[in-house]
Amino acid sequence: MNPEQILFILFGAVSLIGAIAVISFRHPIYSALSLIVTFFAQAGLFILLGAHFVAAVQVIVYAGAIMVLFLFVIMLLNLGTLSAKGAISGKLKGFAVILGILLAIEGVYIAVKAPNDPADASAETAIESVSTTTYNIGELLFNEYLLPFEVTSLILLAALIGVIVLVKRESQEES
Amino acid sequence: MALEYYLVLSALLFTTGVIGVLIRRNAIIIFMCIELMLNAANLAFVAISRSLGEASGQVFVIFVMAVAAAEVAIGLAIIVSVFKHRQTINVDEVNSLKG
Repeated sequence: MNPEQILFILFGAVSLIGAIAVISFRHPIYSALSLIVTFFAQAGLFILLGAHFVAAVQVIVYAGAIMVLFLFVIMLLNLGTLSAKGAISGKLKGFAVILGILLAIEGVYIAVKAPNDPADASAETAIESVSTTTYNIGELLFNEYLLPFEVTSLILLAALIGVIVLVKRESQEES
Repeated sequence: MALEYYLVLSALLFTTGVIGVLIRRNAIIIFMCIELMLNAANLAFVAISRSLGEASGQVFVIFVMAVAAAEVAIGLAIIVSVFKHRQTINVDEVNSLKG
């Protein structure tokens, strides 16, 4: 076993355990903290894949900004007291888990099967050699993907206006 | 490391998110599971981008993150306003569109 395999198993196991902890803890705060662990482990996987910029963005945007928003809302609404009971639906839980396991088997089958197509025979050799830098990403982002990049800014603007409208309507009804 | 390992891990993480959406009734935890699924897709994007030897997949990951940030902001605002009206965010109890 080389160090890369050991690190992959370590980060992969941590992210999977964190993901399972997210859906099994009853208290939302514990779920949010497990999700942060999962995000950090995935940042480690991104670094293993040579995607350093994406790993940094993952830590800053997901583990930093988005999870702070989650924790802020959980603490603002004080959800710990009311959500302890009936947090997991009982009736169809077994059915949902069986369907999920079926989906996992299908996904694993596709993931193992698909790269073995003869067209992608060189995929395994390529994965060791190429490294993508922030320079490459920036060049693609501002040349080939310039229009999607600008549309992304419109999406963020729409989200900003949407949130302001939602909150403003609340305060008008109260006053 | 071969591409398959990353794709299998991505599939397992995605499935965990799907099961979470199906069995949990707390709207905030359902949101977290959606984030898990988006992250599993990001992992597959980066792994395939590495395997093909070009950076396009990582550019798409950045787009996915921007959409996820917008979605979380809107979704949490909706959850807060639903909680103000109904004093609960259990999705079984919040079952009508009328405010």
